[in-house]
Amino acid sequence: MPGRNKVTKKTLSAGQRRGPPLAWVGWSFLILLAVVTVLYVGLKAVANPILFLQNLLDGLKLGFVYALIALGYTMVYGIVKLINFAHGDVFMVGAFTSYYAVSRFNLHMWPAAAFPSISPNLAVVLGSLTVILLSMAVCVILAVTIERVAYKPLRDAPRIAALITAIGVSFFLEFFGALPFVFSARFIPYKAPFSTHAWYIKDGIHPIISGQASPDNTISFSNIFLIIAAASILVQVLLQYIVKRTKIGIAMRAASYDKPTARLMGINVDRVISFTFAIGAAFAGLGGVLYAIAYSSIYTQLGVLPGLKAFVAAVLGGIGSIPGAFVGALIMGQAEAMTMGYISTPMRDAVAFSILIIVLLVKPTGLFGEPAQEKA
Amino acid sequence: MEQLGYLLSSTVKILGLIAWIFGLLWGLGRKPLWQKLLTIVAAFAVIQALFGFKIGSFQFFSAFDQGLLFQAVTMAMVALGLNLIYGFNGQFSLAQWGFYGLGAYCSADVTYRWSNGDAGGLIVVGLGVILAGVAIGLVRMFLNRKRGVPVLSAFTFYLFGILAAVFIAVQVGKPLATACLPLFGTVDAPGPLSAPIFLQIVFPLSVIFAGAFAAEVSFLFGLPVLSLGSDYFGIATLGFSIVVQTLMVNSDTILPFPEMKGGRGMIGITKLTTWFWAFAFLIFVIMLIRNFVRSSTGRATLAVREDEIAARAMGIDVASSKLLAFVLGSFVAGIGGGIYAHYIGFLSPNTFSFIKGFDPLIIVVFGGLGSLTGTVAAAFGWIFFLEGFLRVLLGQLGTDAPSWRFVLYPITLLLLMLLRPKGLLGTTEWGFFQASIVKRKIAAPLDKGKGEGVAATPPPPSEVGKPTTGNKH
Amino acid sequence: MADMNGDQIILDVKQATKAFGGLLAVNGLDLRLPKRALQGLIGPNGAGKTTAFNLITGIIPLTNGAVEFKGERVDGLEPFEITRLGIARTFQNIRLFSNLSVLDNVRIAYHAHAGYGLVDSILRSRRFTEKEAELTEKALDFLDIFKLADIADETARNLPYGQQRRVEIARALACNPALLLLDEPAAGMNPREILELMELIHFIRDRFELTILLIEHQMRVVMGICEYLTVMDFGEVIARGTPREIQENQTVVEAYLGKGAGKSAAS
Repeated sequence: MPGRNKVTKKTLSAGQRRGPPLAWVGWSFLILLAVVTVLYVGLKAVANPILFLQNLLDGLKLGFVYALIALGYTMVYGIVKLINFAHGDVFMVGAFTSYYAVSRFNLHMWPAAAFPSISPNLAVVLGSLTVILLSMAVCVILAVTIERVAYKPLRDAPRIAALITAIGVSFFLEFFGALPFVFSARFIPYKAPFSTHAWYIKDGIHPIISGQASPDNTISFSNIFLIIAAASILVQVLLQYIVKRTKIGIAMRAASYDKPTARLMGINVDRVISFTFAIGAAFAGLGGVLYAIAYSSIYTQLGVLPGLKAFVAAVLGGIGSIPGAFVGALIMGQAEAMTMGYISTPMRDAVAFSILIIVLLVKPTGLFGEPAQEKA
Repeated sequence: MEQLGYLLSSTVKILGLIAWIFGLLWGLGRKPLWQKLLTIVAAFAVIQALFGFKIGSFQFFSAFDQGLLFQAVTMAMVALGLNLIYGFNGQFSLAQWGFYGLGAYCSADVTYRWSNGDAGGLIVVGLGVILAGVAIGLVRMFLNRKRGVPVLSAFTFYLFGILAAVFIAVQVGKPLATACLPLFGTVDAPGPLSAPIFLQIVFPLSVIFAGAFAAEVSFLFGLPVLSLGSDYFGIATLGFSIVVQTLMVNSDTILPFPEMKGGRGMIGITKLTTWFWAFAFLIFVIMLIRNFVRSSTGRATLAVREDEIAARAMGIDVASSKLLAFVLGSFVAGIGGGIYAHYIGFLSPNTFSFIKGFDPLIIVVFGGLGSLTGTVAAAFGWIFFLEGFLRVLLGQLGTDAPSWRFVLYPITLLLLMLLRPKGLLGTTEWGFFQASIVKRKIAAPLDKGKGEGVAATPPPPSEVGKPTTGNKH
Repeated sequence: MADMNGDQIILDVKQATKAFGGLLAVNGLDLRLPKRALQGLIGPNGAGKTTAFNLITGIIPLTNGAVEFKGERVDGLEPFEITRLGIARTFQNIRLFSNLSVLDNVRIAYHAHAGYGLVDSILRSRRFTEKEAELTEKALDFLDIFKLADIADETARNLPYGQQRRVEIARALACNPALLLLDEPAAGMNPREILELMELIHFIRDRFELTILLIEHQMRVVMGICEYLTVMDFGEVIARGTPREIQENQTVVEAYLGKGAGKSAAS
């Protein structure tokens, strides 16, 4: 039970406490590790700065997508203390929804068909937005349904029951989606609602003609990268606004802090939880569409690893913290891109999780996490 | 009609096997030693006899079923280890599958090299495991003398200790292996070590070493990670499984093991797992886990699951208790991996993907958290139902049908979680796994109390309040 | 002055301070317990009493100050080490191992003195069989003393509240402590149970030669059995003395009237 007295400098410095013995060993080991990493990457960067910048950019792209997914994880965990494993699969459903909307129903063409007179650019923008909004809506409905059907009955059960349920839901979505009459188990080439353009930078910005590789020793980027970055940052700001300024956001924070008390204060906690799932799913849906456009091939287990890494990012940043999720996601993106660029592609997962373990050891609540108090 | 026959025979098989397990546990639970031994021999013989049993075209255990049986045995081991970690100690671990994979690859590499005339695998792994064990012991002694060394520093010490041990093992083992080379002879003129009997000795050794290897890795990994909170621990262990699989995929590029062939999978492992070895190791694991759980250390493990703070206040070293359960569970997983590698004869990193790693977790949950009986029964039932019955039955219904089983199984899981979150058996135990019932003469405490001058009942109320007389209010 | 009668003092808390963020939950707490004392720690809700217990038992680390037990510094040790040195406790909100049997609860507390190791238990050596039987006997003896032997095989969770409290005290005693910390042992008990509890506390102190420090809100218990009281408010000690002195202390009365006098008086 915390008292109400302010700490004064005097009381704290009155007697120096001895630190734990041999603490320097662990720290020097970590510092050594960090120095080696920085040196390694630094040397590579100096040797080929263009490649380094390209890796940095790839990392950013990955990081921004992770950030979109990580927000859902961090909010849901913050409020119901559940690792929502199915979140990655909601992301996948978002990608598939847009795929069907575009390639089967040509939904992205409707503005051009309905208003033949509007400018083609506007038509593309409108069409793409429709597709994205549809995917987001489908994801929201899916996530809220999952929450109602699978998680809500278990809210008072041991947390592990809910976690196993989440794993079950995740498997169900993946394997149900893999059935031939649903999405099929194969990799499907993705058809984007708008065409991607890429540019390379060499004495100015030049477009890359599609089908051609960018010239050597140049940095290339595409419109989809810009869209991902913009969307991710926009969502970040929007969410900050919702959580900090709106009524539902305040209710969310109250519920995450203390559910019974929030209930007593007249907050409809069930609705707040549903809203949290919905908003996380909407961003995951957005992320799913953008991811699919950027990496141009989808399959039903598409969401597993990005989902996991987004969760790791959320933990890294301090679970429950929205800026933390964003920063964590960017770090994860960089770590993966650098590993892919300089070590080997398959090792990216290994590095991602190693970073998680190290960060948790040094700061168990993550980078932006609130320090937890143990109560006896 | 054919389906109906298959359904019937499958049901008989599953029920028969579960009855067999319960019989085995019942027999092992008998007090006299000869009855235990008799049970073991009988249980072994029954299955062994059924292997050859055939009436016309009907075979009780076809080659396919035998494979399932070995799979069930390994799954039982892995799940028992996981139940120890998760069900009994309360640490939600997803690393079990990774340790299983480590054990499989480690053990397979030893016998693979031996079969190809190279004793290096056995010598280096054996030496490495033993020296690393010694190193862990020495570092532990050193750290015990200093109180309160932070986890990170302890980890650093252990890491470098183990690295040194491995380095020595490699440096000493390589020349030794070269010295052994002539003893293998050539293909035309096999040397003494090429005799099949040696492979039968090397195989169980490799399995034990694989277990020890998994245990030591889990020690090093668990030491820092177990100090994290439970959810973080879960994610870190999941990460571990992913890292292990990544290393398997890169075993021939990043790691120096060309014989493992990376993502293409390791082929050419001699199929050494017989029913004898599978059964022997199963009994070993069952005894190990049960003897651990039903002891003071095992009770301390349970206390940690129930309430960590209270456990600490009762003088239990929570960190060590967690680590011990984790290491023991991983040891068992490693052994399971060794058995698996030598019946399947082919190791692919895909087998050890973390998605499949949820299988043992689901078995443990199905069988009941904290019920060893349930875990063993669920492992056998699960494998024969899902891998055998459902796969074959759905396969007969149509080409698409097999994929349905992965749709059905999460649904089953969800229903189970909603209806019976504690698993089918809860914490019920049977036979060998049961805690011994405490019996005691009722008169005993009174006699004892008199003998030691202790009052067996509290004093009458009149004595109360003496030291503080006059404080009535 | 600690040197003068150092061997008489079993627990010496010196200027113990705990800050949670910017708040001082316990500020400069001094507490000395002579051997075989039965003292009380009282104060309104949120005064920092339980935090003080957590500091003594090492569950939360001190921000400042020191805790000496039997003349040796114990702050900075792990809670289990402190328990093994001889400080046992109960909890305000009973913390039994609720899915385990009563007997197992007590046997777990006896773990540190089990007398056999991992190898013994895995090999089921003779040593294991003997020591395990001995340990079980001893645990049953404890349960006998607390009149709990009949329910040794019951699951702790299923017991009525009063019995759970008794099991918790029995479990704490099985740790073989020299100092016992009881955190609101009478909470939620009916008058008859409270009377039994008071008897019990006296009895165990004499039977096991214990030093006891207890937190309690029930004035009847505190005034009835404690020899000496320390009163805390807002993390600081506001009064010390015999129960009678405390009852007449103006500061204490104010602290209670201002915060939670009604609640304390009602019970």
